[in-house]
Amino acid sequence: MPALPLPPMAKIGIDRKWRAIGLAPSLLVFAGLTLLPIANLVAMSFHDIAWADGISRWTFVGFRHYQALPEDMLLRAGLGNTIFFAVVSTLTQMLLAFVLALFVSRIHRGRVLYRTLFILPILVPAIVIGAIWKLMLNYDFGLVNDFIGLFGAAPRDWLGERALALWSVIVVDVWHWTPFCFLLLLAGFESLPQDVYEAARVDGVGPLSELRYITLPLMLPTIAVTLGFRLILAFKVFDEIYLLTGGGPGTATEVLSFTVYRRFFTQDRAGYGAAMSLFAMTLVAVLAITAMTAARRRQTRS
Amino acid sequence: MMLRQHVARFWVHAVLIIAAAFIMVPFLWITSSAFKTQIAILTGQFLFEPTLDNVREVILSSTSDYITAYRNSFVVATISTLLVLVIATLAAYAMDRLQTPRWIVHSLLGWAALFHMIPPVTMVGAWFQMYRETGLDNTFTGLVLAHVTLNLPIALWLMANFIRDVPLELEEAARIDGCSTPRLIWRIIVPLVRPGLAATGILVFIFSWNEFVVALSLTARDTQTVPVAISKYSQEFEIKHAEMAAAAFLSILPAFVLLLIGQRHIVKGITTGAVK
Repeated sequence: MPALPLPPMAKIGIDRKWRAIGLAPSLLVFAGLTLLPIANLVAMSFHDIAWADGISRWTFVGFRHYQALPEDMLLRAGLGNTIFFAVVSTLTQMLLAFVLALFVSRIHRGRVLYRTLFILPILVPAIVIGAIWKLMLNYDFGLVNDFIGLFGAAPRDWLGERALALWSVIVVDVWHWTPFCFLLLLAGFESLPQDVYEAARVDGVGPLSELRYITLPLMLPTIAVTLGFRLILAFKVFDEIYLLTGGGPGTATEVLSFTVYRRFFTQDRAGYGAAMSLFAMTLVAVLAITAMTAARRRQTRS
Repeated sequence: MMLRQHVARFWVHAVLIIAAAFIMVPFLWITSSAFKTQIAILTGQFLFEPTLDNVREVILSSTSDYITAYRNSFVVATISTLLVLVIATLAAYAMDRLQTPRWIVHSLLGWAALFHMIPPVTMVGAWFQMYRETGLDNTFTGLVLAHVTLNLPIALWLMANFIRDVPLELEEAARIDGCSTPRLIWRIIVPLVRPGLAATGILVFIFSWNEFVVALSLTARDTQTVPVAISKYSQEFEIKHAEMAAAAFLSILPAFVLLLIGQRHIVKGITTGAVK
């Protein structure tokens, strides 16, 4: 049946009133609760702020807070640990998730079951993941020490030893976020064109060269997006560490978010905390914008 | 050839079963701990007589704030999810169908994407300061507003994607019949994007339920949420492991129920939000 020629939307007239009403709440939220607070952070970062009787007193200090940032040893430790943490745990997650997603995409029965099981860690509060693993990694009665005890290994203080703590936190993060990478990669595998594989099979291509020359190149965009996304989101890590180690022992598991929180709230240095917040925000924003423009350039080229 | 395929299939399933075990063991362990006595946990008993004492202590004890926290989380997550859905749907519709200038669409979605990646801990100080000046600290309104702000970006992206997929024809026909915009959104768009709304709503609810650092900084004892209450178990002088396990177990029940009834929606929400 030939479709009746419909008049274009423009002729019916655009409902300008409802366009404004539709956009207004989002714009209000972003203006009032993101842009205004950021402007406020900028103002705060040039002041010392003290609270007395519910009234804040601001003392102008110029660039002093910004000058103090490079000398802050805690910030340096936090930044170093965050980068190490982000890179190691993201790469591990990607590797594990790639294998799992590839395998799940190859099976027929049980796919939904595996997918359901594998999602679970993403849906649980990170603080609860911290609580669970704090018990699991406990020196005296934790399951992990019980388990390695079966093989005759001596118990370790997974969260208390300087050399182990960050690795333990990474293991917990891998457990937490591998499912996220798995989901995205599985969606990628499921949308691969099947005819290419059939053609390859007819030509007698073996499973390893199939992976190397067909699957990997086709999956590359999905891999890049997932990797970039996880890498940037890894800078958010806070909740698990809050419960697992509190940044310790020493500064072994100090991360960027934790340093900001500590300076702002624990030490009640709102001005300095504001300067550090802006620094962290700018760092992540630069990373994110770089990743997003790279992704867009890729897209327009292909 | 047949044999090799069987061997390969065996390895695929072996790896997947081991991975599933790795994921499930901590959950099973915390669940069993929730029904163990403190002594059974400390002595590492594998077989134990289940007890409801921990759950009862967490829920009913007069010194426990858990039930209040549970109710608070429920209120905050429900209200902020509903608000986010309304705000995001309206904006997504206006952006896609009402010829919003492209620069507005780009700035709105661009800022949403950027804001989603910024660590929330960098915003919470500013919110705390503003709330203190305006008396919004330690109120549900304050926390709901913060959660709306944190979750609006992902909701905007998701709803923009879902509304883009709604065919134009129905809408144009309704326009010709003189249907007004709000009626059209309510009668045509909302029913058609219901699966999208479900995906977005479930995700936003879970994110709000799970959110910790903002709730930690903006609430006090009477407005605290579940994650904040759980964090306090581990900070007491003498850690009550059994009660902490019970509280943790209770806190993951909502996510578990949502996963059982809406697995498909959750998968759709996560993959749409990240990939597109």
